[in-house]
Amino acid sequence: MAMVGSVPNQSKPLWLLAELTYRCPLQCPYCSNPLDIAKYKEELDTEGWLRVLREARKMGAAQLGFSGGEPLVRQDLEILIAEGRKLGYYTNLITSGVGMDEARIAAFKEAGLDHIQISFQASNEELNNYLGGSDSFQHKYDMARLVKKYEYPMVLNIVIHRQNIDQIEDIIKMTIDLQADYVELASTQYYGWSKLNEAQLLPTREQLARAERIAHEYQERMKGRMRILYVVPDYYETRPKACMNGWGSIFLTISPDGSALPCHAARQLPGMTFPNVRTHSVDWIWNQSPTFNFYRGDNWMQEPCRSCPEKTKDFGGCRCQAYMLTGDATNADPVCDKSAYHAELVAQVDAMTMKPLSSRDTKPLVFRNMRNSKELASA
Amino acid sequence: MSDELPPTLIPRIAPMFRLQWEEAQNCHVLLYPEGMVKLGGSAGEILKRIDGKKSISTLIDELKAQFPGVPLEADVHKFLETAYGNGWLRSESK
Ligand code: SF4
Ligand code: SF4
Repeated sequence: MAMVGSVPNQSKPLWLLAELTYRCPLQCPYCSNPLDIAKYKEELDTEGWLRVLREARKMGAAQLGFSGGEPLVRQDLEILIAEGRKLGYYTNLITSGVGMDEARIAAFKEAGLDHIQISFQASNEELNNYLGGSDSFQHKYDMARLVKKYEYPMVLNIVIHRQNIDQIEDIIKMTIDLQADYVELASTQYYGWSKLNEAQLLPTREQLARAERIAHEYQERMKGRMRILYVVPDYYETRPKACMNGWGSIFLTISPDGSALPCHAARQLPGMTFPNVRTHSVDWIWNQSPTFNFYRGDNWMQEPCRSCPEKTKDFGGCRCQAYMLTGDATNADPVCDKSAYHAELVAQVDAMTMKPLSSRDTKPLVFRNMRNSKELASA
Repeated sequence: MSDELPPTLIPRIAPMFRLQWEEAQNCHVLLYPEGMVKLGGSAGEILKRIDGKKSISTLIDELKAQFPGVPLEADVHKFLETAYGNGWLRSESK
């Protein structure tokens, strides 16, 4: 049971993620946005966002991420960056690069933007454009060059899955060519759209082992020049990730309509209502709201987590994964091999990945776009 | 130490990082893409003096003047080595 307000909350929302919009010119089939993106028409206006930035900063937020959807769609992005920087945030722009041009890169610099992260879908034009559902590869490439020209620290992010994992070496070479400071090779996490497309996206163990070996080789080779982070899909692990560093511990996500989430995937959890910055202060949302207190600390845990010495390390893993795979969000994340559901998860993943790749391909990828979102809602 | 940092070396904060006083943490912090390092009191005292113009020996003189009688030279060197090792600091010659 959640004991609302029973423990004084010591935590601070160090990380504020502003999902400015769910509009996006791309259609990645692994997008972690919710399936019902088409419903989010009422976006917070500039004033609303400015108020969120000020309130969260006062509470100790230091990192500010602008994401989406595609944040470049918002024409007030320059204003938000400037205010964020003035308030003392480290400002991060998390973008696909589509909607960027040199004038805007310069304007962001002027506004005080600290860092730009660009995502690529793949290392070659054809696959990149297929996965993103748009002709964007060359443009991204040009934008990444400009980001370096304007002396931003640059992170390149590539979501890794079955369709691009065998090209991991080319992907890394591309990031070296683009002079990234930091590269995130992030295995798909199966929420939202990627859950729909799981069978087509989940790589095999063999593919993973090979990719991991190559990533480690380059980590060694690039030491001191470029940091490479390689995140394996946690389905193949025996301990869960410390999801969000614990619920309501350091992360605060505000979605386009102003609703506040402890994690951008949390919307799928049952019985939760997410407080909105239109009706409540950020302080109340973080410290007082039932939602942010629900899985805070460890009062909500059942066995095996409750008596587990590792609970301060991984906080029982991901609530969404526990819910999706066991039907109860207060269970241990079944990635953990202490979970009674772990064997079932392994069997499911094996069944999915052992199938010959050709037979897994018969179901087409569902691309993330407003039309599919509306169709899913009416299905 | 054989590869001790030369006293004439001029450190500056690497472009990936931003140093600032963080009221909510009550300490200096280094901010970088999607992360933050909290700095102890002496680390903050050292880093806040680094401006890309002063050499290591100037920094040490300043610190000695600020904290008279404290034997700080070895500690400053040790910290600067860690800071270079972590990529927080850069120098043209390094
Ligand atoms: S993952 Fe792709 S579709 Fe989703 S917001 Fe990012 S760029 Fe757009
Ligand atoms: S039992 Fe729970 S707390 Fe312990 S390692 Fe597994 S998930 Fe983490």
